[in-house]
Amino acid sequence: MSFLTIKGAFRHAAKIGLGVFALTTLTAEAGDKLVIESWRNDDAKVWNDVIIPAFNKSHPDIKVTFTPTPPADYNSALQAKLQAGTAGDLITCRPFDVSLALYQKGNLEKLNDLEGMKNFPDVAKTAWSTDDGKDVFCLPMASVIHGYIYNKEIFKELGLSVPKTESDFFKVLEKIKDESRYTPLVMGTADQWEAATMGFQNVGPNYWKGEEGRKALIDGKEKLTDPEYVKVWEHLAKWKPFLGRGYQAQKYADSQNLFTLGRGAIYPAGSWDITTFNEQADFEFGAFPPPVPDGQKTCYISDHTDIGMGLNAASANKKEARIFLSWMAGPEFAELYANQLPGFFPLGNHKISIKDPVASEFLSWRGQCEQTIRNSYQILSRGTPNMENQLWNVTVQVLNGSMAPKAAAEEVEKGLKTWYQPHM
Amino acid sequence: MMTHSDIRKPFPWHILVFLGPGLLIYLTVSVYPLLDTLRLGFFSEDESGATFFVGMQNYANLLFSEVWSEPFWNALKNNLMFFVIHMLLQNPIGLLLALLLSSPRLRLSGTYRTLLFMPTMLSVVIVGFVWQLLLSPLWGISEDFMYNIGLGDYFDAWLGKEGTALVTLSLISVWQFVGIPMMLIYAALLNIPEDLNDAGVVDGANSWQIFWNIKLPLLLPTISMVSILTFVANFNAFELIYAVKGALAGPNFSTDIMGTLFYRTFFGFQLQQGSPTMGAAVATLMFLIILIGVAIYLFFVQRRIQRFQL
Repeated sequence: MSFLTIKGAFRHAAKIGLGVFALTTLTAEAGDKLVIESWRNDDAKVWNDVIIPAFNKSHPDIKVTFTPTPPADYNSALQAKLQAGTAGDLITCRPFDVSLALYQKGNLEKLNDLEGMKNFPDVAKTAWSTDDGKDVFCLPMASVIHGYIYNKEIFKELGLSVPKTESDFFKVLEKIKDESRYTPLVMGTADQWEAATMGFQNVGPNYWKGEEGRKALIDGKEKLTDPEYVKVWEHLAKWKPFLGRGYQAQKYADSQNLFTLGRGAIYPAGSWDITTFNEQADFEFGAFPPPVPDGQKTCYISDHTDIGMGLNAASANKKEARIFLSWMAGPEFAELYANQLPGFFPLGNHKISIKDPVASEFLSWRGQCEQTIRNSYQILSRGTPNMENQLWNVTVQVLNGSMAPKAAAEEVEKGLKTWYQPHM
Repeated sequence: MMTHSDIRKPFPWHILVFLGPGLLIYLTVSVYPLLDTLRLGFFSEDESGATFFVGMQNYANLLFSEVWSEPFWNALKNNLMFFVIHMLLQNPIGLLLALLLSSPRLRLSGTYRTLLFMPTMLSVVIVGFVWQLLLSPLWGISEDFMYNIGLGDYFDAWLGKEGTALVTLSLISVWQFVGIPMMLIYAALLNIPEDLNDAGVVDGANSWQIFWNIKLPLLLPTISMVSILTFVANFNAFELIYAVKGALAGPNFSTDIMGTLFYRTFFGFQLQQGSPTMGAAVATLMFLIILIGVAIYLFFVQRRIQRFQL
C-alpha cells in the first residue's frame, strides 16, 4: 500500500514537513528573494543568464531565482506546493481554467492595478481574466502560433512549392511520398497531445472560422457534430498514409529528432519548436500557415495565449514581486524574451523587432490571417469528461484509423453534453 | 516485609523508546493518511476549494454514472489483465529460473543470478525508457533483431497500438520483476534438505518426480506468498505506465490502470482540474480491491497450505 499512503500523505505530510523547511529557509534568507515557479524547464538558461541579470541591472537589491518543474508534473506539483504553502512568489500561469481555478481558490493575487497592465490589449488578457472580464490575475507573457515547419532543402530537391490550399497540401505530401524516401509528415501519436495540439487545433480554425466558431461553440450555437468540426477530423484522417512508419509509437522527441536529422519534409509545428530546431537542424527550414480549404479566401491561425505570470497570494515578498512584474510588462523584457526564445511572441503593445527569420515568418501571419486561440481552453474543459483530454484521445484514434471522423465528433459532443448547459 | 509479588517490575521504558520512533513514523505517514483518505472520499469540493459532506455520492458516481464508471471499469479490467499476465508468466518463469540456478551442474550460477536480478533494482523510469528505445520503430534494434531471426514481418509499433500496448507493458514489467520470485523461490529451494532428494532417489524417483512430489509441495508456501505480493504490487502499479504512456494512458485508455486513473483524478491532467475528494474515492476503492484480494488469499489459500516441518 506504499503508493496509496504516500500519495495520501502528500498533502498533510507536506504541510508539516515542507512547511517547517520553508520556514527555516525563509528566515535564513529573509525578505527580498523572489522565487519563480515555471513549467518551462527548457528556459532555465535564458532566465538565469539573460533575463534575471537584465532585471538586476536596474534592481540590484532584488534576488530572483528561477525554479522550473517538468511540464507534465507542473500542475500537480504546483497545486501541492500551494496547498503546503511552499510555492514560489511568482507563478507561471497556464492559460484559462487552470489558472482561473487557482485564482478562485485564492492562490493568485488580483493584478488589476499593476503598473504596466495597461500595455496589454484585452484580448491578450482574456486568458487570465475572470469570465466577466473584470479581474486580471496574471500578466500576459507570450503566445505561440501554430503552422507547419518544412525542410527547405527537401522542397528544393523535389521541386516543391509551399502549399496554399488544402488540395495543394495533399498534392505536396503525395509527391514527397511517391518520389522520395523522406517521411512526408513528421508527427507521432504516442504522446497524444500533438494530435490535438498540432493536428486538430492547427488545422481546425480554418474550418470553424477562428474566433467566430470558438465563441459559437461556447455559446452552444454550434456543436462539434456540425460539419465544420467533422471536416477537421476528416482532414486529419487523410494524414495517416503520410505519417512515418510506426508513428503510433513515435513520441514528440522522436518527431523532433526525425525532422532535425533531415529525414522528414513537413513538421506540424508550434512556434516553440523553432528554438530546438535552430540548435539541432543543420539545414535551412521555413514555415507556412495551415493551408486554407479550397476556395476559402480568409485564413485563420491559432495564435494561442500560452504563458503568463501571476503573483502568489501567500507570498511574503509581494512588493518586490510587483516590481518584478511591472518590469516584465515593459518593453525591455518583451524584447529580450522574444529574441532569446524565438517562437514565444510577446502580447504587449510594444514595438519590438524579432531577429529570427522563422519566428518573424510565423509572426507575419498575424497581418495576413485572422487569429484565434485553442477552442478547448476557455470554459469548455472545466467539467468531466474534460474536452481537452477527449480531443487528445479521439484525435489520436482518428489518426490511427481506429475511429471515424464522425464518431470522434459525436464522442466529444457527448462528453460536453453531460456537464455543459449550453450543449444539453 | 515484602512478598515476592509486591516487587514491581520497573516500567519497560526501553520498549517504548525502541518502538516509539517507528510507531510514530508509521502512524503519521501511513495510518493517518490512509484513514484521512477514507474520510476525504465522502466529501466533495466546490470551485473555491471548500469541501462539504456528500456521503456515498463519489462512490456511486465512480461505480454507476457513465462518465466515471466507464474509465473505472476499464481501468479495473486492464489492471486485472496486467495481473493475470504477471501471474501466468512471472511465477512459472521465476520457478524455472530458480530450478536452473539451483542445479549443481550449472556453472557461473552466481553471475546469472546477479544478471537476472539486476533489472529489479533499476528505476522503472529507466526500464521504461530503455524498452521504448528498444521497441521504437524509428531507432529501435528490435526490428533488425526480428529480421535476423526471420520474423521481421511481425514487427509492429507494439507500444503504440490499442491491441498490444498493455500486453507489451506487462511483459516489460514481468521482465523487470521476474528476479523477485526467482530469488525467493531459489532461497526456498536451498532450504530443502538434500536428504529428502536423496531419499527420493533411493526410492527410485526420477528428477521430474522429485520436482513434482518433493520440491513443489515444499515450495508452495513461497509461491503463494510471491503471488500475493505480485497482486498487491500490480494493483498499486503506476510508474511504468506513467513513464511510458503518460497519465492519459493511451491509445484510447488501453493501458489505463487503477494507478493512472487515480493520478488523473487526484492531481488532474493538463486542463483537467484535480479533485482531491474524487481522487480519495478512487484511492479507497484501490485499497478495498487490494484488501479483498488479500482477504481471499488469507481465508482460502493461506489456511489450506500445508507447511512441512523440515
